[in-house]
Amino acid sequence: MGLAVAIVFLPLIGAAIAGLFGRVLGQRVAPLVTVAAMGVAAIFGVIVFIDVAWGNNPGKVELFDWITSGTFQAAWAIRVDELTAVMIFVVTVVSFLVHVYSLGYMSHDEHKPRFFAYLSLFTFFMLALVTADNLLQLYFGWEGVGLASYLLIGFWYKRPSANAAAIKAFVVNRVGDFGFGLGILAIYLTFGSIEYDVIFAKAPEMANQTFSFLSGEFPILEVCCVLLFIGAMGKSAQFLLHTWLPDAMEGPTPVSALIHAATMVTAGVFMVARCSPLFEYAPTALSVVTFFGATTAIFAATIAITQNDIKRVIAYSTCSQLGYMFFACGVSAYQAGIFHLTTHAFFKALLFLGAGSVIHAMSNEQDMRKMGGIWKLIPLTYGLMWIGNLALAGIPFFSGFFSKDAILESAFAAHTGLGEYAFWLGFLAAILTAFYSWRLLIMTFHGKPRADHHTMEHVHESPWIMTLPLIVLAAGAIVSGYLLWPIIDTHHHFFGESILVLEHHKALEEAHHVPFWVKALPTAAGVIGIFLAYMLYMAFPSIPGRLATRLRPLYLFSFNKWYFDELYEVLFVQPAKYIGYGLWKRGDGGLIDGVGPDGIAGAVRQIAQRAVKLQSGYVYHYAFAMLLGVAAIVTWYLFASMP
Amino acid sequence: MDWPILSTITFLPLVGILALVLLRGEAAVVARNARYVALWTSIVTFALSLVLIGAFDTANPDYQFVEKVPWLPEYGINYHLGVDGISIFLLVLTTFLTPICVLASWDSIQSRVREYMIAFLAMEVLVVGVFCALDFVMFYIFFEGQLIPMFLIIGVWGGDRRVYSAFKFFLYTLVGSVLFLLAILYMYLQVGTTDIPTIAAHTFSREAQIWLWLALFASFAVKLPMWPFHTWLPDAHVEAPTAGSVILAGILLKMGGYGFIRFSLPMMPEASEFFTPFVFTLSVIAIVYTSLVALMQEDMKKLIAYSSVAHMGIVTIGIFTFTQQGIEGGIFQMLSHGIVSAALFLCVGVVYDREHTRAIAAYGGLVHRMPIYAVVFLVFTLASVGLPGTGGFVGEFLAVIGAFKANTWVATTALIGIILGAAYMLWLYRRVIFGELTKPNLKTITDLSWREIGVFVPLIGLTLFMGIYPKPILEVMHGSVTKLMTDSQLARVISPVGGDGLTPTIMIADER
Repeated sequence: MGLAVAIVFLPLIGAAIAGLFGRVLGQRVAPLVTVAAMGVAAIFGVIVFIDVAWGNNPGKVELFDWITSGTFQAAWAIRVDELTAVMIFVVTVVSFLVHVYSLGYMSHDEHKPRFFAYLSLFTFFMLALVTADNLLQLYFGWEGVGLASYLLIGFWYKRPSANAAAIKAFVVNRVGDFGFGLGILAIYLTFGSIEYDVIFAKAPEMANQTFSFLSGEFPILEVCCVLLFIGAMGKSAQFLLHTWLPDAMEGPTPVSALIHAATMVTAGVFMVARCSPLFEYAPTALSVVTFFGATTAIFAATIAITQNDIKRVIAYSTCSQLGYMFFACGVSAYQAGIFHLTTHAFFKALLFLGAGSVIHAMSNEQDMRKMGGIWKLIPLTYGLMWIGNLALAGIPFFSGFFSKDAILESAFAAHTGLGEYAFWLGFLAAILTAFYSWRLLIMTFHGKPRADHHTMEHVHESPWIMTLPLIVLAAGAIVSGYLLWPIIDTHHHFFGESILVLEHHKALEEAHHVPFWVKALPTAAGVIGIFLAYMLYMAFPSIPGRLATRLRPLYLFSFNKWYFDELYEVLFVQPAKYIGYGLWKRGDGGLIDGVGPDGIAGAVRQIAQRAVKLQSGYVYHYAFAMLLGVAAIVTWYLFASMP
Repeated sequence: MDWPILSTITFLPLVGILALVLLRGEAAVVARNARYVALWTSIVTFALSLVLIGAFDTANPDYQFVEKVPWLPEYGINYHLGVDGISIFLLVLTTFLTPICVLASWDSIQSRVREYMIAFLAMEVLVVGVFCALDFVMFYIFFEGQLIPMFLIIGVWGGDRRVYSAFKFFLYTLVGSVLFLLAILYMYLQVGTTDIPTIAAHTFSREAQIWLWLALFASFAVKLPMWPFHTWLPDAHVEAPTAGSVILAGILLKMGGYGFIRFSLPMMPEASEFFTPFVFTLSVIAIVYTSLVALMQEDMKKLIAYSSVAHMGIVTIGIFTFTQQGIEGGIFQMLSHGIVSAALFLCVGVVYDREHTRAIAAYGGLVHRMPIYAVVFLVFTLASVGLPGTGGFVGEFLAVIGAFKANTWVATTALIGIILGAAYMLWLYRRVIFGELTKPNLKTITDLSWREIGVFVPLIGLTLFMGIYPKPILEVMHGSVTKLMTDSQLARVISPVGGDGLTPTIMIADER
């Protein structure tokens, strides 16, 4: 367990050194310090993964008390069980590779120490999140990665668009956290604790109980789980709370790879798997998870097919893949969800970093319409992108094939209406996935060069410090499917106690016994998608343009991302500003001040002027006033004494 | 304890004031010496208050370091001081912020330095007095007395509209003061003494409680301030000099919350319970209303002032949940807000000293010239947003736990504040710090000086400490808060089954 503690704090130490002493250490040394710290953490991470996950050897260390008040208690702790170990493995390895890649990618940036400090800080928060032993530390990591994401999206702070995207990411996530926070409160109130072991043990007896929340009586577990899931929707960019993720591409590309593909956005999936002992007893909440997961999978895919920014295509793809992971959890195939999380981490990080290499080669161009015809110039990157896309499309023998198959088969084997919904939408999304992946490949690498002469002359392969991490990730994208296969082997009990699946939730187990056509369908989807992309973009490149004109409303709907940004602007942003301004000027300025201090001051002045007139000097004036006063007091007493 | 440490801490700044009065010589020399005298006096006072913490017995929920001397025995009025787990950290917060105020005014105040420092030291005497007075007459003198130095600080060293602000501030607080005085008189006539612990043990009739509660409410709600008695605050902050804002936001607001905990809850438990929906309503409105208003502010100080009102809304919610977590959360939130809002006003002061404007639109891209400042500002922005790991989170979270127990609607609405809070603070940060540095006058702006760094470092340290290891502070509160709840039988009023009301079948209070 000492290793686990070191894993969590090494990145923090690296971040502190690079952040605080970056100027002293200089542009070269400060990044290397963080890379070294991450390298050690990654080695430890692999050791812990083998020890804990393969050896089924969970444990935990309590560090010190955090918040105690009355019966409320939360401690800082490092808990490493099988589920955590898988996450530690993914986080430390991908983070290390991204750190190394960034040495090359950010080599011309003048703020390297700051960048690496942020990256390492992010890794620390992410590790604190996955090693939490209670919901509050989870929340600490949860908000911490949000902060790091905010800082890294806005890393190029001169760009107004980057600043806007950073704030959007934080605030939209806060909307999710609103639900997440309520979920933690509700769990504390009903379970009397927020410690995993305690609440998980109590979950069965809570299954049929209700509590009053807002103005109704609701089943405890359903409400808690749905609230927690709202948090996951924000963090993992699910349908309705997804708007921040595409904008987050304003950050440097390594950030997109680490945070917005491999790790942070998967925190929601991790959280649902972590809380499986709760979700298992909350069938409605599971249905909600399935519904939103499946909807996101198809929704994001429909947008990805029309985007032209290479990073945005991959961002929507991430969104869509996260949807798969969620509906896997929703049908109680958490293991399949985590399996896909792991394979996805490799091939999506590969795709993002590959896209980074392309952008690097194209003199910072991200628009695929201005690329093309470069595959011979950067063959290595091209090949690596193929591997990433093959894995993403779920083509056999690549890692994505294993995990996506497992998810779709589980959805089918769940034998529920929503399972069916997820299965078919997942199938359609798989076609679209393959389609946009090859659309990306073809638009980026094939066809006539569409960049200007000057750019084309500069197209070059990235230095080894960037390609090496890509090669490692590519290896992961190929072999992780075989190596980690035991994760979804239901006889193996890979996750030990860390994931609970009830007896009658056998989707994953029965996934092995689905009809052949179900097993074949995902592969077919991949092939169909690739074929379509080939026909539309390679064989008959004039068709997409004509299709876009013919189906203009549909095209615009997809191209403009279903108009969510516009909708939210009208629904939330503008009203908040309008109301805020109104309350300030009319509420505070007009009403409260008008009636309150300014009004009183004015009234006093007026009364004073009248009072001056009252002092007329005539005794009968005063006598009359006294009489009125007496009458008033008597009347008041009479009324007051009446019941 | 033999040595009257509380009196020493309370009145030590008077020695400094005496020294300041006696200063002679050229204007420049007097000004320089005045700064040093004030600084050293306040530092020694702070050091003494640390001794107080060291000697404080956490296990003892009663008043400690008690000094009780008959003052006007024939009227039952005593010179009575003491602190418990509720007041001790508020006292330390005061002694901690005073030297910081002196340092923050080092260069920015150039006129009447001596008088300025006298005002601050006088303020320290009065505020420390408020937090350890255990006699209503003393409390009232301290409580109302601090209006005078504050009035002067705004009125003499303030901005352009300082007279309007000073009067608005005075007018608001005065109404409350009169009613408060009447309430004290009534209690004195009923109980025959002004001794606070004695009155706290007395049970007033329900009707009396309701009238007394309202009278006290008028005073504390203005001080805190609660919506809709808050409009003096943005004006006062805008016109006050930086250090004035620091004291105002850091400490003076807390006297309202302290008043609720010290008087309203234990002395009028039934009335407190009766008015809980009322307080909750005002607090929830405050959180949503002022957060929305903060979103649209064009003046940095006004924005932070409005955010203070929202944060104080969390405090009142926490206090009136009558739960251990709620009350401790309320106190903790007051402490952390005392540090964070003070620091935010200092941050505004830093750029105000350089550019002489608080308009958000006048800045932008400061990170290019002021990277250290950008980091400092970021830390406090995040603390204000309530990021876990900063002091801002712990109090807010505990208060909301209490609120969730008491009424889920209140907790839910209060949490909307966390969304809006993130929006207005990050938007402020972006407009001031990020972006291109285009404004010509900002091209030569300088980063923090060593003196300024020295001011901010302890504040950052405390903010993180309170967020990561708040236990030592919470521990000190536990005993006194538990005692408060059992003594006033608040716990029984609220949850019929006792304890925390944790069993899901009870689910208190939604319908209350």
